[in-house]
Amino acid sequence: MLIYFNFASQFLGKDMSSTVDYIPVIIQAAVAVGFSLATVFLVPKLGPKLHSRKKDMNFECGLEPEGNARFPISIRYFVVAILFVLFDVEVIFFYPYAVNFNALQLNGLFAVLIFVGFFLTGFIYILKKGALEWDK
Amino acid sequence: MDTALLVEKSILILILFALSLGIAAYQTYFERKVAAWMQDRIGPNNAGPFGLLQPLADGGKLFFKEDFVPANADKFLFMIAPGIAMTVSLLTSVVIPWGPDIVAFGRTISLQVTDINIGILFIMGITSIGVYGIMIGGWASNNKYSLYSAIRASSQMISYELAMGLSVITVVLMGGSLSLREIVEAQHGFNWNIWYQPVGFIVFFVCSVAECNRAPFDMAECESELITGYHTEYGAMKMGFFLFAEYVNLFIASTVISCLYLGGYNFPGMDYFEGNLLSVISILVLFTKIVLVIFTFMWIRWTLPRFRYDQLMGLGWKKLIPIALINMVITAVVIAFTRGWFN
Amino acid sequence: MSTVELIATILGGLTVGSALMVVLSTHPVRSVLFLILTFFMISANYIMLNAQFIAIVNIIVYAGAIMVLFLFVLMLLNLSKDTEPKTSVLMKISAAIAGGVLATVLVAALKDAAFETIENADNTIGLVEQLGMLLFDKYVLPFEVSSILFISAMVGAVLLSKKEKQIID
Repeated sequence: MLIYFNFASQFLGKDMSSTVDYIPVIIQAAVAVGFSLATVFLVPKLGPKLHSRKKDMNFECGLEPEGNARFPISIRYFVVAILFVLFDVEVIFFYPYAVNFNALQLNGLFAVLIFVGFFLTGFIYILKKGALEWDK
Repeated sequence: MDTALLVEKSILILILFALSLGIAAYQTYFERKVAAWMQDRIGPNNAGPFGLLQPLADGGKLFFKEDFVPANADKFLFMIAPGIAMTVSLLTSVVIPWGPDIVAFGRTISLQVTDINIGILFIMGITSIGVYGIMIGGWASNNKYSLYSAIRASSQMISYELAMGLSVITVVLMGGSLSLREIVEAQHGFNWNIWYQPVGFIVFFVCSVAECNRAPFDMAECESELITGYHTEYGAMKMGFFLFAEYVNLFIASTVISCLYLGGYNFPGMDYFEGNLLSVISILVLFTKIVLVIFTFMWIRWTLPRFRYDQLMGLGWKKLIPIALINMVITAVVIAFTRGWFN
Repeated sequence: MSTVELIATILGGLTVGSALMVVLSTHPVRSVLFLILTFFMISANYIMLNAQFIAIVNIIVYAGAIMVLFLFVLMLLNLSKDTEPKTSVLMKISAAIAGGVLATVLVAALKDAAFETIENADNTIGLVEQLGMLLFDKYVLPFEVSSILFISAMVGAVLLSKKEKQIID
C-alpha cells in the first residue's frame, strides 16, 4: 500500500493534493471509533447493575409515563429539513466558484449573481408563503 | 508517505487526541469557575489546589457509576448514540494547522496532521454528521422529552449550518482555497480576516454557538421544559460522552473560529522570529486565541437568557442567511472592483 | 493482484456489505445508520479516484442532509409495533418476483457491458479547482437551469406545510 502511494505522490508532484493525504484521516477515524466504541461497550461492565420495575421506567418529570415516545412529530420540522436539503445543495455550489473566483473573472461573477438571484427568489417565496412561521 | 512520516503522523494524532480530551475535561472546570465568578461564588475549590483536580474526580466517578438503560429503550441504538457523538467530535482536529513547521530530530515536522485540499469542507461535513448522535440518542431513549429535544436540536443544527456555510464562502473568496493551511497562511502577521469580514465573523460565531447547542441556543436541553433534553435517560460514562463531545466540539469550534477569522497562529511581529522559536510562540498564540474564544462562549452562556424556539429558528433562517448571502455578494463585487474587473 | 486492486476490492466489499445491511436490517432507524455508513464508503471510493470535492459533497449532502430528512420521516411516521403494516404472503411473493426481475436485468446488462481501462487519465479532474472551472464555464447554462429545479422543489415543500394547516383547521 505504502509503495503504491509513494509512487502516486511522486507522480502527482508535491503540491497536488492526492489520495495519500487521507491516510492520516483514516488513522484518526480508526482511533476515534475504536476509543468511542470500546468505552461505550466496556465501561458499563465496571459499574453495578441493579434492576427494578420502577427504576427501569422512563423518567418523565416523576410522573408515571404514559404510552411511549413513538408518536408523529409536527410537520414543520419536516418542512425545515426539506428546505435545508435544498438550500444546502445551493450553498455547496458556491464553493467551487469561490475557489475559482480569480480565474473566472467577470463571467463567473455574473453567472453567480444570476444564481444568487434564483436563490433569493426561492428564499423570498418561502418567506412570503410563511413556510418558516412557527407560531401560526 | 514513508514509514517514518506515518509514525510521525500517528504520534501527532495521539497527541491531539489526548489534548482534545484533556482540554474538554478542563473546560468543565473553566466553565464552572467562570460561572461562579459571574455569579459571585467561589466554584469548585476542594479537590486539589484551586479545585484543579475536580475534572479528574468527575471523570473517574463516571467510569464506576451504574450504567442505566431504560426497559423500553432501543438497547443497541441507545448504546451507540454517545459513541457516534464522541467519534464525530474527535474527527475534525485532523485538518487544523496548529502552527508552522518544527525542525526536530533532523526532520521537518508539520504541525498539521494532514493538509487536504478541501479542509474547511471536511469540517463542515463532519459537523453535519454531528446531528446523529443527538438524534439517535433522543429517539432510542423512548422518552417523550428526549425525543422533543432531539428533534429540536437537529432542526436547529441543520438550520444554522446554512448560514455557517454561507459565511465561510466569503473567507474562501478572499483566500482562494479550501485548505485550512492556506487560509491561515493568507492571514500572515496582522492581516486577519476579521478586519475584512466583521459581519461574516459575527454570523459564523453565532452559528457556532448554535451548532454547539450552547446557551442562548440550548433549546436541546432547556431544563425548564425538557428535563435535561436528549440525555435525560443517560447515566454513567454514556452521559459523560455526550457532555464530553459537547466540550470537544466547543474546543474545535473555537479553534476553527481562530483559524478562519482571528489569524490562526499568526501574530503581529512574527517576522522578527524564526525557526523553532517562532513555532513555539505561534502555538502559544493560537492557544491563547482559543482560550479567549472559549471564554467568550462561556461569557455569553452565563449572561444571556435562552431564546424561544420560534425566535431561534427565525434568527437562523430570516436574519442570518440573508445577511450572510448579502455579505458574500458584496464581498465578491468589492473584490472585483478593487482588482479592476469592471474597467 | 496489486495493492491498489486489493484496497479497491476490500473497499468495494465493505460498500456492498453495508449497502446489503441497509436492506437486511429489519429496524428502519438501523437501516438509516447503515445507509450513512454506505455513503461514507462511497466517499472513500471517490477519494480512491482522487475526486475529493465529490467525496465531501457526498458526505455533506447525502449523509448530512438527506439522511436527516429520512430520520425525520421515520419519526413522523408512527413506528409503534401495533401500527406496523401487515405484509401478506401475496405481497412477499410479488416483491420477490419484482426484485428477481430487476436483478436479472442488472446481471444481464452488466454481463454484456464492456469494461474499458482508462489509461493515463488526468487524476486531478475531481479536485474542486477543475470542477469549478467546468461548472461555471462550460456547463454554466445547465447549472443555472438546475436552480429553477430547486425553486420548484421549494414550491412542493411549501404546499406540504399548507396542507397540514388545512387538516388542523
